[in-house]
Formats: sequence, structure tokens, C-alpha cells
Amino acid sequence: MEFVTPTINILIVLPVLLVAGGGALLMLLELFMAEERVKQWAPTLAIIVLALAFLQTIGLWGQTHTTFTPEGSSPMVILDNFATFLNVIFLLTGFFTVLISVNYLPRVGLNRSEYYMLMLFSLSGMMLMGMANDLILVFLALEVLSIPLYILAGLSRPRPESEESAMKYFFLGAFSSAIFVFGIALTYGATGSTALPAVLAGVSNGGALALAGVAMMLVGFGFKVAAAPFHMWTPDVYEGAPTVVTAFMSVGAKVGGFAAMLRVFVSAFGSLGQTWVPAVAVIAAITLIIGNVVAIVQPNIKRMLAYSSIAHAGYILMAVAASVNSPDGVSAALFYMFAYLFTNLGAFAIAIAAERKLGEGVMLDDYKGLAKRSPLLALAMAYFMLSLTGIPPTGGFSGKFFVFRATLEAGLVWLAVVGVITSVVSGYYYLRVVYLMYMYDGEGELHTKPALLTAVALTVLATLVLGLLPGAWYEITKQAALQGLQVLAGG
Amino acid sequence: MTVPVEWYVALSAILFSIGALGVLLRRNAIIIFMSVELMLNAANLLFVAFSRYLGDLDGQVLVFFVITVAAAEVAVGLALIVVIFRTKQSINIDEINLMKG
Repeated sequence: MEFVTPTINILIVLPVLLVAGGGALLMLLELFMAEERVKQWAPTLAIIVLALAFLQTIGLWGQTHTTFTPEGSSPMVILDNFATFLNVIFLLTGFFTVLISVNYLPRVGLNRSEYYMLMLFSLSGMMLMGMANDLILVFLALEVLSIPLYILAGLSRPRPESEESAMKYFFLGAFSSAIFVFGIALTYGATGSTALPAVLAGVSNGGALALAGVAMMLVGFGFKVAAAPFHMWTPDVYEGAPTVVTAFMSVGAKVGGFAAMLRVFVSAFGSLGQTWVPAVAVIAAITLIIGNVVAIVQPNIKRMLAYSSIAHAGYILMAVAASVNSPDGVSAALFYMFAYLFTNLGAFAIAIAAERKLGEGVMLDDYKGLAKRSPLLALAMAYFMLSLTGIPPTGGFSGKFFVFRATLEAGLVWLAVVGVITSVVSGYYYLRVVYLMYMYDGEGELHTKPALLTAVALTVLATLVLGLLPGAWYEITKQAALQGLQVLAGG
Repeated sequence: MTVPVEWYVALSAILFSIGALGVLLRRNAIIIFMSVELMLNAANLLFVAFSRYLGDLDGQVLVFFVITVAAAEVAVGLALIVVIFRTKQSINIDEINLMKG
């Protein structure tokens, strides 16, 4: 038998290779340099790697490429505007995470050099999630995304909360991966292939086997993006993990899950829309209700933001449910995730500034009197809370507007109603933070270093721009959206 | 004599269910871990069965990926269990309950 090499175009996956290579380089440096020096240089190196990957990614905007094409089969990796846009989101997430980590980690005694390495590895998995054109690559990307996060969640060991967080995340992550891979196996049996174009061609004739496969993959994605009723791990994991890790995974892991979910469900399973759209709509509604209602009673800002992130997964799921019957569904989801990236990382940046020691200063009561101690930071926090609630002029408002519009276009009126009502409910717990900051007096210290302040300033600016000029950015997400059933096979 | 593919599907479904029930019902971290492995191997069996049935080699290649990923999960998972055992002197997940959701 003759060995035929697949067509490989390295340039297409160069951003991913740069990020993963940066992680490997950090690992190698530890062998040759003193540990102190590696720790000193790791953030700078991470920023450089992310900046190079960012430049490369921006250069690929507007192009569509496929690569890793085996002889006589579909490509494994596809790079279109959808993947490029998501790569921008992931690289920005990495960039802001470095900015908020650089002073926080030494301050709380967590300055371990493996932090940046694991973060870069996880980022490379996230980037592959958006580029995967084959179910098995989706699975591999999911694991490359998740496994470093399990370790990062336990970074502040031997602190018991952190260990518990890692343990819970690991078990539920592994459980959901097993369900996911069983779903892939069923889909493979029903369609005879794992390549998305072939899955699309075969899935409508796949019968019960295909439906079971779709259902199990939906459960797997549900766990990853923290959608109810698969959200149980989220509050504990978010509370126990170091706050910078929580910030990173609340955006990165969620958007990573949605990246693959959109590609798989909207393109490959699009023809089964009649079956899965009602299921996703119901999951979205439950997620919205549970996330927003349970957030009200949380006394801890990290737990509150965890339930808030569950709620936001619900809004993105609304857009996913809308994406089969509305041309605006996918672009609304992309815009929402873009706005969520800045708003949520900004809110976490301030939570990090207010955290005195590991796990101290994370209660809502610690935010009392923040406005007197630091008027600017309090103003920024208030602005992020307004954006998370969805009050104009913020990116969060624009995102919700586009999502609700897409949901109405898709004819899911009841779901849009649920979305609006839960948004109103969410105002209660978001605005309570604002109330505590401005109406009370309180003691506390703030750790504001230039890197963190840069992150806050940039995220405020981005949220403002997305709030004031949503149209221009929506055009960009429109270009990045997958067009319904169109699967870009073979270039 | 050949075994029809339906039997393999049924067997792997049973193995998967045993694994899933094990994860949900057992309290020992190592047993939960083994149950997850059982679920992954049920998927592997399904891949191989379909691969033979469809006359397509891809399914068997996929098994290697799943095995590799499972090995990586084992490495991280066992490390986490060891770390937790050092602090808690126990791997009963009912005793790992500092935070309430």
C-alpha cells in the first residue's frame, strides 16, 4: 500500500502553532534558565506570542483556506472568517488574561511558571475548536482546551477550595467528554464519516442512531458552555479556582464550546434543525431562568459572576437556536460573545483588584464604599454591570438587541420573552453591586498596577465602542457568520 | 459465523450505561475515574464495530486518538486525586464539599 501524504498548508494553522509553540518554548526555557528568570519573562513572552499570532490572524481575515486534507477526503482544518473572528476573540482573551495575571499571581503567592504555559496550550485548543472541520478534531481540540484548565483550576494548591474546584471540574469535564465521544461514535455509525461535510450529507438518513448522536453531542457541549441542567459544576469551580483562571475560563472555555457547537450544529446538523432547535430553545430558557434567579442570592462575587456566566450562556444559546431559521442567528451569537469578552474580563479585572488575598475580599460586602476609595474603578465596575444587565449604551445592550432580534426572526417569540424577563431580573443582582459601591462606606484595599489598569481601560473602551457603534461591528460579525447550511468542503 | 453490528451497538450501549451509572452513583474518586474510562472504551468499541461494518478504516484510527486523550486525562486525573488525598486523607467525593452550590 502506498502512503499518500495529505495536503498541508502550515501557514493556515500558524496562529495555533505559534500559541502552542509559545507554550512549549516556556516549558523548554525552564530547563535552561533559572526559574526566577523564566517567571520574570513568561508574561512578556506570552504577550509577544499572542501579538504575533494576532497579526497573523488579522492578515488571514477575508480568506478561506482548508488544510490537512487526506487523499480523497474532506479537510480536517478549515479557516474561514468565522474561525478568524473567533481566533481574534481567543487571542484577546489571552491578552487580557496576561494583563490581569501579571501582578496578581506574585501578590497571592501563585507565581508558578507553568501558569502561562498551560494558558497558551489551552488557548491553542480553543482556536482549533473554531477551525475544526471533523468531529474527531473537535474532540481533540476540546481536550486540549480542557485538560490545561483542570490543572489551572487547582493552581493554588494546597488551598482546599482550589483542589476541590479542580477535582469537580475534572470529573464533570471527563464525564462530558465521554458522552461527547460516544455521540461522535454514534454519528460516525449513522453517517459513515466524521468529516462535517459527509456528516451533513448523511445525517438526515441516519435515523435513530444519528438522533442519539446529536443528542449526546448536545449534552457534551452543554457541559462545556455551562448550560442548565449541565451547569452544576460551574459555581463551585469558578469560586475555588484562582480568580484569574476563573476570568480566563469564563470567557475562553465558553466561547470555545460555542465555536465548535455553532460549526457542528448549524452546518453539519443543520438539516436536523426541526429536531434539535426546540431542544436547544428549551435548554436556553432553563439556563436563563436558573442562571439569573440563583445569581440573586449569591453573597460571593465569583459565584455571582459564575451564575451570571451561566445566564449569558443562555443568551448565546438563544442565538444558536435561532441560527437555523434566521440569517442573523450566528452573527448575533458572534457579536454577543465579542461584547461578553470585554465586559466580563473587565468585571473580573476589578474583582481581582479588590481581592486582598486568595479568597479574601471576594464577597459582595467587600465592594461597599468602593466609590470613595477609587471613583474611577467604581465607575468602570458600574459600567460593566450595566453592560452585563444590558442597558445602553454598552456592548452588552447591543449584543442582547441582536440576539433578541434574531430570536424573533426565527419565530421563537416565547424564548425572546423569557430572555427579556430574565434580563430584567438580572438587573437586580448586577445593580446591587453598584448600589453597594456608591451607597455604603467600607474599608478595603485595592491593588491597582499599570497592567491591570490598562486592561480595565481597554475593556471599558471596547464596551463603549460596541455600545455606541454596534452597526459597524455587526457588519464584521455578519461577514464572519456561517451562512446556514453552507459547509465549506474541499475549499 | 458473524455477529451482527446491532449486537456490538447494544453491548457498547450497556457498557456506556454501566460507566455513566458508576460516575453518578459511586463515591470513590478512583472508581468514578474507572467508570469514565469504561464510557470511553464503550465509545471505542462502537468505533471499531462501525469501522468493520462500514468497511472504513477511519473508525479504527479514531480509537487511537481516544486512547491517547484518555491517557492524558489519566495523567492529570490521578495527579489531582493524589493531591487531594494529601490534603484530605480521603478520596470520597462526598467529603470534598467545602463549597455549596
